[in-house]
Amino acid sequence: MSQVSHALPTRPSVSLAPTQAVTLRINGQDHLLQIAPWTTLLDALREYLDLTGTKKGCDHGQCGACTVLINGKRINSCLSLAVMQQGEEITTIEGLGTEEQLHPLQQAFIDHDAFQCGYCTPGQICSAVGLISEGRARTEDEVRELMSGNLCRCGAYTNILNAVMEVVRNELKTGS
Amino acid sequence: MSQTIATSPSIHLGTDYIGKPTSRVDGPAKVTGAAKYAAEFNVPGLLYGYIVSSPIAKGKITKIHAEPVLTLPGVVRVFSHENVPSLAWFDRSYKDDVAPGGSPFRPLHEPKIRFSQQPVALVVADTFELARYAASVLEIEYETEAHDTDLETKRDNGYEPARGKLGWVPPPPPRGNSNDAYHNAPHQHEAEYIHLAQHSNPMEMFATTVEWLNDGQKMNIFDKTQGAYNVQSYITKVFGLSKEEARVISKYTGGGFGSGLRPQHQVFLAVLAALDLQRSVRVSLTRQQMFSLGHRPHTLQYLKLAADDNGALAAVQHAALAETSRFEDFTENVVNWSGMLYQCENVKLDYQLAEIDANSPIDMRAPGAATGSFALESAMDELAYKVGIDPLEFRLLNYADRDQNLKKPFSSKKLRECYHQGAAKFGWDKRTPKPRSMREGNWLIGYGMATGVWDATQLNASAKACFDADGRLTVSSASNDIGTGTYTIMTQIAAQTLGLPLEAVTFVLGDTNLPEAPVQGGSMTAATVGTAVQAVCRAIGEKLLKLAQQMADSPLKGANFEDVQFVNGQIRRNEDTKQSVVIRDILPAAGEAQVEAETSTLPDLLKQSHYSLHSHNAVFAEVKVDEDLGTVHVTRVVNAVAAGRILNPKTARSQVLGSVVWGISMALMEESMMDHGFGRYMNHNLAEYHIPVNADIHNIEVILVEEEDDIVNPLGVKGIGEIGLLGVAAAIANAVFHATGKRVRNLPVSIDKLV
Repeated sequence: MSQVSHALPTRPSVSLAPTQAVTLRINGQDHLLQIAPWTTLLDALREYLDLTGTKKGCDHGQCGACTVLINGKRINSCLSLAVMQQGEEITTIEGLGTEEQLHPLQQAFIDHDAFQCGYCTPGQICSAVGLISEGRARTEDEVRELMSGNLCRCGAYTNILNAVMEVVRNELKTGS
Repeated sequence: MSQTIATSPSIHLGTDYIGKPTSRVDGPAKVTGAAKYAAEFNVPGLLYGYIVSSPIAKGKITKIHAEPVLTLPGVVRVFSHENVPSLAWFDRSYKDDVAPGGSPFRPLHEPKIRFSQQPVALVVADTFELARYAASVLEIEYETEAHDTDLETKRDNGYEPARGKLGWVPPPPPRGNSNDAYHNAPHQHEAEYIHLAQHSNPMEMFATTVEWLNDGQKMNIFDKTQGAYNVQSYITKVFGLSKEEARVISKYTGGGFGSGLRPQHQVFLAVLAALDLQRSVRVSLTRQQMFSLGHRPHTLQYLKLAADDNGALAAVQHAALAETSRFEDFTENVVNWSGMLYQCENVKLDYQLAEIDANSPIDMRAPGAATGSFALESAMDELAYKVGIDPLEFRLLNYADRDQNLKKPFSSKKLRECYHQGAAKFGWDKRTPKPRSMREGNWLIGYGMATGVWDATQLNASAKACFDADGRLTVSSASNDIGTGTYTIMTQIAAQTLGLPLEAVTFVLGDTNLPEAPVQGGSMTAATVGTAVQAVCRAIGEKLLKLAQQMADSPLKGANFEDVQFVNGQIRRNEDTKQSVVIRDILPAAGEAQVEAETSTLPDLLKQSHYSLHSHNAVFAEVKVDEDLGTVHVTRVVNAVAAGRILNPKTARSQVLGSVVWGISMALMEESMMDHGFGRYMNHNLAEYHIPVNADIHNIEVILVEEEDDIVNPLGVKGIGEIGLLGVAAAIANAVFHATGKRVRNLPVSIDKLV
């Protein structure tokens, strides 16, 4: 038998950082928040702004469910603090389309049945939007590789690929 | 009121949705982020609970230093075994609908630690950030005891479980003399097959939001679960509440795969805190804590197979030893399949458990069968090589036309068609039998195949329907949709039964205020809830017909229900379809605002009792293995599935595609690695617990083999959530052998085992 303690031998003293005012521009709208500086962008969206379309799947940047667009570039919102994104243009799934007016990728995901439980889906779609604007993915292999930061436990990858490819091909057609 | 459905209804309708590839009706909500999961109900005045997990596997808590944490402004309470109010005393109050035998784990009940990451405290605070911080600085002292988490040390400590959970069937008694038959046969194979624990890891982490309602102390419990009623029954028993005080709601579930079949500890903790504080509370698990939930158990399997010179199976012996916890006998059907999948007169099957210091396992997609099928189908491949017969030919030679375990015929079994259609699509005839005989440059090519079987189950369920004067039909049953397509297929069944456009039908689920349905699992929802939905829509149809007959000059006067059909928004006479009434006109004419019906359905056990009810599949896989590096790519998979009537080929195909991904994952990636020094899973995160990413998945083809079955249930469906997974891991391991000449019997087939 031995005694162990959950706590580290030299613990930091128990204390709190003060909250601060943070302004976030999300989907074209400014939001003023009073939050602790260690609040992640993901938690700011979900817990303070009720923008729950952005999902938490690991909180460690390992699954991609929390993918959002910052100035059009995809990031894991769980790996960014909200205070770091002041002054940036943040786009979440709610800013892409509505049930009445779907974004082409949202429509393609429905048409190709590119999801089952739907939990990774907003992250997949935001990631695909970012991927297309990066302009690097033209072939199936490239899309597979560049969509590999977004896990789907239901295993809808084949249909995700087909949905994204449909939009990529349309973009290439209209772009060229 | 309860009624059984006599026969299949006459489905000959224009509003013909069953069997059509309808897009998911919940699709728009899911792709826009509008679908709300358990942790996404931001009710006013919400408190956040953060779970503190035990760092030791066995021992007890000696001291909890809550005081410094409680001085933090905004920290509301630290719950632990020291201050939890007295709750239900007997084990039976903690047993949910699918609990295994034994004494269920009770969170925060006592200082004793039974498994690593056991929840030991809940810190509740005004914000998530504060609760998380406070939990991280909560100091807890433990006294450790020696733990044992290694099944390998328990080979001589196995015992036959006396009590199992719902759906567990002890192995059938031995038949023939498998020892003699094995020794006398010219071709023998024996080997051990192993996989470690695996965790379901649905993308949505377990979470509960309890909304505290001030009107008479009632709660809305938004929970991540595969069974709202199961959670409600558990919560009401444990906390001594009425059903009215604990409404459980689960409209969207971000994956389950079995992990949500039982109420998990976050719902207990959230309700505990809400009741004590009379506040709304949310508790979410972290991804690390998701590894504190149940898992597919680490299982050791020993196979002995023998065949004669013609390739006829002479003996089958299959023994399994699986881990369970110290407090429950978690059982699954691992070996039984080996007595029914092939024709053999000499069979002996054994199933044992051994206790380790870990949490109880839980069902994980195709529980038991995924484990057993990997061993049996690998062994069949090995024996086929010894006899010198093509593995597909070997299976066809030993095809079972009857279930020898039950001594009954199959209600339907199109496995032969699965073999033929799958092999043709795959190009199995291009395979050269010798290992390492196919290559492309540095890639060694391998073809492998395997078979699977799963139960076709129907349980009792209830459904309610309401048709209103605007022509809208709402059908409800407290089932779930964990991504399986329940919303969509129930909408299709209802719309077709009453001949209405899909857009006029809404199916509602996931709420204990709705009629009861069992947990969503075991591939039984389509059969179980689908039958109830069909029945209640027929009941509405009968009411509408009666009202239609009261209309002035009704062309339907005197017609029985069997004499009419519901098609394209009309009720029409079968023999003269021009004799019709527009359904939307019926209620306005009758001056009624709506008609309602509620129905319960149960399986026709008398009819079913003469048959063995199962779905089957055949899987063909191509792998490419880098000769120098040992990296395995699964480049093609053909999965041919016979699962009765397919209600929606679009969502059904997706289920099978997902199953193949699961099979690839099981074959090549998944293992929860226990560090026996700490008694803890060391890769408890999604970076180190590997599952496939998009780039790992290549060409997958799904064949849904036509299969009619009027015995399984009125709809003729067998369910498709599990069957697609079976055989996949074995087919890949067999293909790896064909490519490399190396037989890997210890999953996953990782690089270190090939180089």
